[in-house]
Amino acid sequence: MSRRVVITGMGCVTPLGHDIERVWQRLLAGDSGIGTNTLFDAGTYPTTFGAQVKDFELAEFLGEETARHTGCSRNTAFALGAAEMAWKHAALERDLALDPTRIGVYLGGGEGPIDFDHFSAAAVEGCLDDSGKPTTLDTVRWAKRALELLSAQHELEQDPNLAASHLAVRFNAQGPNFNTLTACAASTQAIGEAMHLIRHDDADVMISGGTHSMLHPLGLTGFNRLTALSTRNDTPETSSRPFDRTRDGFVLGEGAGILILEELKHARSRGATILGEITGYGSTADAFRITDIHEEGRGAFAAMKMAMDAAGVEPADIDYISAHGTSTEENDKIETLAIRRAFGDHAKNVPISSIKSMLGHLIAAAGAVELITCVLAIRDGIIPPTMNYQHPDPNCDLDYVPNKARKARVRIALSNSFGFGGQNDTLVVRAFEEAAS
Amino acid sequence: MNGRNRVVVTGLGVATPIGLGIGEFWDALLVKRSGIKRIEAFDPAGFGCQIGGELPPFKFGDFIPKTYRKSSKVMARDIVIAVICAYYAVKDAGLATKCIVERGESDGPSNVDSRRFGANIGAGLICADLNELAGAMSLAVDEHRKFSLKNWGAEGMQNLTPLWLLKFLPNMLACHVTIVHDAQAPSNTITCGEASSHLAIGEAFRTIARGDADVCICGGAESKINPMAIARPHLWNRINRDGNDRPESASRPFAADRHGMVPAEGGGLAILESLEHARKRNARIYAELVGFGSSCNTKSWSGRTEDDDSLILAMEKALADAATKPEEIDLVCACGMGAPGADAAEMSCWSRVFGDRLNTIPAMTVRGAVGNNGAGTGAIDFATTVTALYRRTIPPSINTAPPDEKCQLRFVKDEPIDAGVHAAMTVGYAMSGGQNAALLVRRFEE
Repeated sequence: MSRRVVITGMGCVTPLGHDIERVWQRLLAGDSGIGTNTLFDAGTYPTTFGAQVKDFELAEFLGEETARHTGCSRNTAFALGAAEMAWKHAALERDLALDPTRIGVYLGGGEGPIDFDHFSAAAVEGCLDDSGKPTTLDTVRWAKRALELLSAQHELEQDPNLAASHLAVRFNAQGPNFNTLTACAASTQAIGEAMHLIRHDDADVMISGGTHSMLHPLGLTGFNRLTALSTRNDTPETSSRPFDRTRDGFVLGEGAGILILEELKHARSRGATILGEITGYGSTADAFRITDIHEEGRGAFAAMKMAMDAAGVEPADIDYISAHGTSTEENDKIETLAIRRAFGDHAKNVPISSIKSMLGHLIAAAGAVELITCVLAIRDGIIPPTMNYQHPDPNCDLDYVPNKARKARVRIALSNSFGFGGQNDTLVVRAFEEAAS
Repeated sequence: MNGRNRVVVTGLGVATPIGLGIGEFWDALLVKRSGIKRIEAFDPAGFGCQIGGELPPFKFGDFIPKTYRKSSKVMARDIVIAVICAYYAVKDAGLATKCIVERGESDGPSNVDSRRFGANIGAGLICADLNELAGAMSLAVDEHRKFSLKNWGAEGMQNLTPLWLLKFLPNMLACHVTIVHDAQAPSNTITCGEASSHLAIGEAFRTIARGDADVCICGGAESKINPMAIARPHLWNRINRDGNDRPESASRPFAADRHGMVPAEGGGLAILESLEHARKRNARIYAELVGFGSSCNTKSWSGRTEDDDSLILAMEKALADAATKPEEIDLVCACGMGAPGADAAEMSCWSRVFGDRLNTIPAMTVRGAVGNNGAGTGAIDFATTVTALYRRTIPPSINTAPPDEKCQLRFVKDEPIDAGVHAAMTVGYAMSGGQNAALLVRRFEE
């Protein structure tokens, strides 16, 4: 019998708030965390809005310990806040007998936001000649200005492994420490691989999940150039409409979701409350095209299949699918197709929803927050809705739990995350039962 | 859960400043070549450090199917390096992947099941092409020639190609490699600085051991040779500033007179395979991967200081994972960035884990020859370790003398030595952030 991996704590920082229960209630009520972008002036961008984290103060979570992390990036701050919440939720702060070498971190952490003002100033000055006329980039001139303008700490904190490093320091997690950045699939992948680290006896406790903020001038530029984002600037709250025929792209969001994963006996021995068990993880690559998802959803299908096989469950055992559901034309159509392939006749019976309709797309952090909502759906017997669903699409013909939360017995849930470029990850989480499945 | 499969190394592909492909790289190591010279990719005169390790010239078309040539337009240099390494790795392993078949370099059809072929490729924070981005930004200025976000949003950004973002996403190394070679099994992108490759190889090892894939292409790649990647370590005072007039001896791992790391580009990908799968196709087996351990510094995230002993736990875990005692290790591959604090910390960890045994076994480091290869660092070290084991030869480690008086690592200095190595350890750690990892390989025995 392999080591079982359970969830004993959860925390999140999202566009709908920074408290698990409150975020959950707002999701069930169909609230939107999407609005005009006030982080910078995006007034002339094709997309002027986003799903930003509001009123977040790290000190509210860390108190005096905040000083130690001064100058950390925005996404590291989100991760610290969410992890602090999860750590307390798991009642680990009271456990003095923890072996720090058996605690690890596995994040799907994004790069920290770029120091845009200084970067752009150096870039422009590097492209001017002595008389101030525009010319091609002079790297010597650029170097001089960049070294004057850029800050050592800001640059350091930008590295994608830094959030995971801060968590190691904060929680004295001396064990395995990984960061993955498989784009939009990252935190789902992190949790799956963290589960395997515990199963393999590399750790007893893993702080896992994801954090990201691409809501900065360059991040928004990148996605706008790809024409991947919704441009419904007049109606931001209803712009994210997964599976709806009129969907026109995803909504860029930011935030963090962190879960405490723990080996079952370890959790039991300290009397922890067990919130759920992770039983299946699938990871695949489309290996198709950089710019397109495989037309038949080959990789997505294989990830779901692999996760269900690993969990030892059949499609009919799955009570809820938390979809990747980005609100892009391509994803929602092909994800539907892949679910149809993976679930066969049962596909039309499984409730599917996308909370991205309310939270936007938290990119590397999306999967972790979505897995948290799966655990809460299991706990409360209620499925969060897919909001803004008004126009059925013949290519998306499954049950998306439109516009209204639904009471349902949920024992086993499946959560999908698919990364740009074709990396796909799926997790299966279930209500904890003493007898192993 | 599946039983634990044995995992062997059957192919190695590297792209380094001293050579492309494992053969060329190895030969250059044996003759003590340095790949460090004045930077040619751009004019480095504005920087304190004007030297680095750049790849030898190559024709990218030699590494991809003809139909994929257009895609190179959306590849940052880091991605190009990974794709080159992948080609060398699968060729070296005798795998007829989709790329090899499409290039007409295979007698038969593909001999690898794509659904059982995974990828785990470490990557760095890929820096934007400054010429392209700064050029576009310089067109979005106001009447005072200052950058204007309004102009950028309205027009300036249109000067970037629509697929601009895709050049710089770290997962694109794995995505391009998996597309070119049709690897559809578990696929990951570890981004933990210079520890990335060790972590990626370690994770791929576990993936095969538990039966989730038969073959994995794993390692990492990065280019530190661009203005932004050179600027950043200047800000951290971590870069070599006084080797400009003698680039070949500037990267000085564990030497008493080391003074900072030398930026470079490079990478490596290894083919790991379950023993059963390797046997079935009569693959040449280089070595067996037997142990992996990882850990993290919990005192600081801002750089390696002399007192950082967090690497020890990763080393001990790798030994325990392989049920191997320190006395059984007879070769160590040290990282050695040539940075005063980081090297001191590393040598102290080796001493504490291996004690006086360290004085009696050979050690090697390739940093003197190839510099800091970012996320590709560990994969180059892994390839060196495996090759030394397989060829029973320890290459000399250049620029390691005069040794730091506290250093107990016994580098081979002049000529390569013949040594029947049985088990070797290689370590990797992030220079920013606290991640550490160690891998243990053994000579393959039935």
